[in-house]
Amino acid sequence: MSRAIAKEPAVAIRGLKVVFGGVVEAVDGVDLTLERGQAVALIGESGSGKSVTLRAIMRLNPERRTRIEGEIRVAGRDVMTLSSRALRALRGREVAMIFQEPLLALDPVYTVGRQITEAIRQHEKIGSEAARRRALQLFERVRIPSPERRLDAYPHEMSGGMRQRAMIALALACRPQVLLADEPTTALDATVQIQILLLLRELQAELGLSTIFVTHDLGAAVEVADRIAVMYAGRIVEEGSARDVVLNPHHPYTIGLLRSRADGALAKGSRLETIPGSPPDLSARPPGCPFAPRCFLAEDRCHVDAPPDVVVATGHRAACWRTEAAHAAFQGDRARLLEAAV
Amino acid sequence: MATLAPHATAPLLDVAGGAAPLPDAPDAFVPSRGFWGQVGHKLLRDPVAMTAACVILAIVAVALLAPWITPMDPYRGSMIRRLKPVGDATYLLGSDELGRDMLSRLMLGGRLSLFIGVTPVILAFVIGSGIGILAGYVGGWLNTVLMRTIDVFFAFPSVLLAIALSGALGAGVFNSIVSLTCVFVPQIARVAESVTTQIRSRDYVDAARLSGASTFTILRVQVLGNVLGPIFVYATSLISVSMILASGLSFLGLGVKPPEPEWGLMLNTLRTAIYVNPLVAALPGLAIFIVSISFNLFSDGLRSAMEVKA
Amino acid sequence: MSTPIGQLTVPPDRDRGGPAQPLLSIDGLVKHFPVKKGLGGRPAVVRAVDGVDFTILKGETLGIVGESGCGKSTTARLIMGLMPHDSGELLFDGELIGGRALPWRDFRAQTQMVFQDSYASLNPRMTVEGSIAFGPRVHGVPKRQAIERARSLLARVGLEPSRFAARYPHELSGGQRQRVNIARALALQPRLVVLDEAVSALDKSVEAQVLNLLMDLKQEFALTYLFISHDLNVVRFLCDRVAVMYLGQVVEIGPADTVLASPAHPYTAALLSSMPSMDPDARTQVAPLAGDPPNPIDPPPGCRFHPRCTLAEEVCKGRVPPLAPVDPVHRVACLARQPGSGHSAAPTLSVAA
Repeated sequence: MSRAIAKEPAVAIRGLKVVFGGVVEAVDGVDLTLERGQAVALIGESGSGKSVTLRAIMRLNPERRTRIEGEIRVAGRDVMTLSSRALRALRGREVAMIFQEPLLALDPVYTVGRQITEAIRQHEKIGSEAARRRALQLFERVRIPSPERRLDAYPHEMSGGMRQRAMIALALACRPQVLLADEPTTALDATVQIQILLLLRELQAELGLSTIFVTHDLGAAVEVADRIAVMYAGRIVEEGSARDVVLNPHHPYTIGLLRSRADGALAKGSRLETIPGSPPDLSARPPGCPFAPRCFLAEDRCHVDAPPDVVVATGHRAACWRTEAAHAAFQGDRARLLEAAV
Repeated sequence: MATLAPHATAPLLDVAGGAAPLPDAPDAFVPSRGFWGQVGHKLLRDPVAMTAACVILAIVAVALLAPWITPMDPYRGSMIRRLKPVGDATYLLGSDELGRDMLSRLMLGGRLSLFIGVTPVILAFVIGSGIGILAGYVGGWLNTVLMRTIDVFFAFPSVLLAIALSGALGAGVFNSIVSLTCVFVPQIARVAESVTTQIRSRDYVDAARLSGASTFTILRVQVLGNVLGPIFVYATSLISVSMILASGLSFLGLGVKPPEPEWGLMLNTLRTAIYVNPLVAALPGLAIFIVSISFNLFSDGLRSAMEVKA
Repeated sequence: MSTPIGQLTVPPDRDRGGPAQPLLSIDGLVKHFPVKKGLGGRPAVVRAVDGVDFTILKGETLGIVGESGCGKSTTARLIMGLMPHDSGELLFDGELIGGRALPWRDFRAQTQMVFQDSYASLNPRMTVEGSIAFGPRVHGVPKRQAIERARSLLARVGLEPSRFAARYPHELSGGQRQRVNIARALALQPRLVVLDEAVSALDKSVEAQVLNLLMDLKQEFALTYLFISHDLNVVRFLCDRVAVMYLGQVVEIGPADTVLASPAHPYTAALLSSMPSMDPDARTQVAPLAGDPPNPIDPPPGCRFHPRCTLAEEVCKGRVPPLAPVDPVHRVACLARQPGSGHSAAPTLSVAA
């Protein structure tokens, strides 16, 4: 919070490893930097370790059964060494989190207004009147219609989209600098999802928030994020600006994800390009590249040696032995699509 | 789509390749032992539940073999050797108010105590599950009629209900089993009903209905296996209650008649000796306590063993 | 690949009305659920399905799209007879379902369903092959043949029987479980398969595999699909025709290519432009609709979409728009698209009329 460390990135993760129960390597060496005011989307399929990475930043993974290695710095402070008291101050005050299911994250027995004022008063010495005024402002900010009345509503009395807005308001109550969002729009209907995505983008720009946005939906990531990090089997396989990753991918997994989207099919009745097989067992990781068994470009060394992080352009890296071949294959796809369109 | 690129073979691969999802750790999979196999496996590794099971088995074995292995005749008293203390040279666990060997009587008493403790629960398990599963699966007015009738029984505390029923039916082993069964049927039925209602709304039951199966087939194949487990766990936890209630009935003179040895009855007849030889007077109570807590611990273990799944 | 699977229980020549007869026609389907509103509150009804009609032609895939509460899943359950409907008529290949010519049991042998939750739709205490063989067993196929059929279906949906047949549902991944559910649906050799959000819970790469599988199976077994989904991309890819539902009613129905390329109903248009952009240079700027889908307890009078509609005019509040054709195969329930409706944007009556 002090100006002295203002130059530090909002979140810096180095060599993060998270092991559950001594065997399941959910996260296996993640490096990720979130610059201030930036939005990074962590995308991946279930079991890719994206949510675990996010939770590690707040140290929310169950401590007893989890072994964590590596370094996590939030605004220059090492999260791993924080006392539980300092951790409480960090949570909510500097780093806030929103979840997929607000009904589980909000307390059902208090009104949402009460929950927000409580949160404010827990971190700041402020009167209840002032806190309520702040809550009202927050509700207006997240565009909840008739905010005065809605402050006195219980979570179950609100519709899905309103609840998600209320949870965002709660997360913003203590003016955090970092917002962690765990699949915040997955459970919502399409017409509501786009509203929430736009709201998040707008809040991020106006409040200068630094956001990490976990999702499995590439489209949602493109809508909100400046940068996209693609995770597979506990590792970041490709990271770059949203443009680089979506329009100029260099990792076969990213390309596979883009190909398997139903909107990418050339014509009705044609088959979708799929990634064969399923993700590896995280408790018995094969050597080499975790994606190799499913990869259309895999060669012998991919099954033996883990690929390096290849910097394919400034600010764009891919963990693959064959980034060039992958990129060429993607360009070929593009050319064919254009040909078909003509 | 026949437009070719290195990956154009991927679609072909998918059908066949989908056939054998590649990195699925091909040989890591151990053939499953089935649900009950897993429960047994987990139970065997639970030290508390296994200890409890051993205690129960030992006591059952002793009770069953009692007529042949009792050190002395459990019915022969001796007026001059009354209320010997525990550790007496002839009477290992002392003697009762009529000078009969406590150890022998406890061994033989276990038969009746276990019998009138366990039988009502078994009967109530069968009857209560039947009622509860029927009410839960059929639903509607049948559910309303059955469950509201059962609610009437809940208006009375179970102890009072057991005493009232036994009192009305008259003393005796058979009658106390009947009255205890009546006490437990509503409790088990209620659990069975709620479990069944839950299972009935699962998609796989709907899928079975869509296959055109009859209600009876669905109940037998799809529902029963999934509801009997939880009901069984609940029923085992009732055995301890049942044993205590049964002893209570005997204690009040509504169950077993003297001179037949039964733990509850022994507790009653020995109560006058509580100031003379408290340890001996407490022995039947101790036996009841050990058996009922063993059943409770075992049912706890069973419950957590059945929570396997994913 | 098309090996005959086990022994047929229903004669293969089940087609009664010929190819022109719709496989399923639904007319005026209604389902209301009573709800109690608090203590002493007046009883209300959820109008989950409120007058739905459409037909499914033989061999086609009809998609139903819509948001939560639009009644698409209830419609599926009503078709399958998992709950009774309040009124309306369901005809399967020209015969009234549940009538004398087509009792429920016979209908069910010809229609199967795949549910969204792949785990909840499998009995956790049954092996995979047991679950698949259950249906044929019920229909009198001897045990050995039923198991044989289950195993060949497993192979057909891409799960090697020797490795998967004896597994329990929790020992499979989500995609594998959904393959099992598909195999189970096929075990009775149905003609119509209702897929209720069958791929929605799957990861994208797995979803693509399952979609390919569904397309193959449709051809191989000459199936007709009713595909319910909220994902317009998937519907566009898989479906021949699409019906858009809003608050218990069909608001637009027509060929998928037409409806999803040039939608006639403003709600369809809003759904389409709500899809996140895949182009970082052309991100969505304005959300097409404000607020949440309304509650089907008290739907607005007139056109149910009018409170959220950009084209709404006074006339929309008072008149319920009928589902009227804009061309022979494309129907839409919007006054702005219907000549003579009194809406200012309505096309003028053609001279010939």
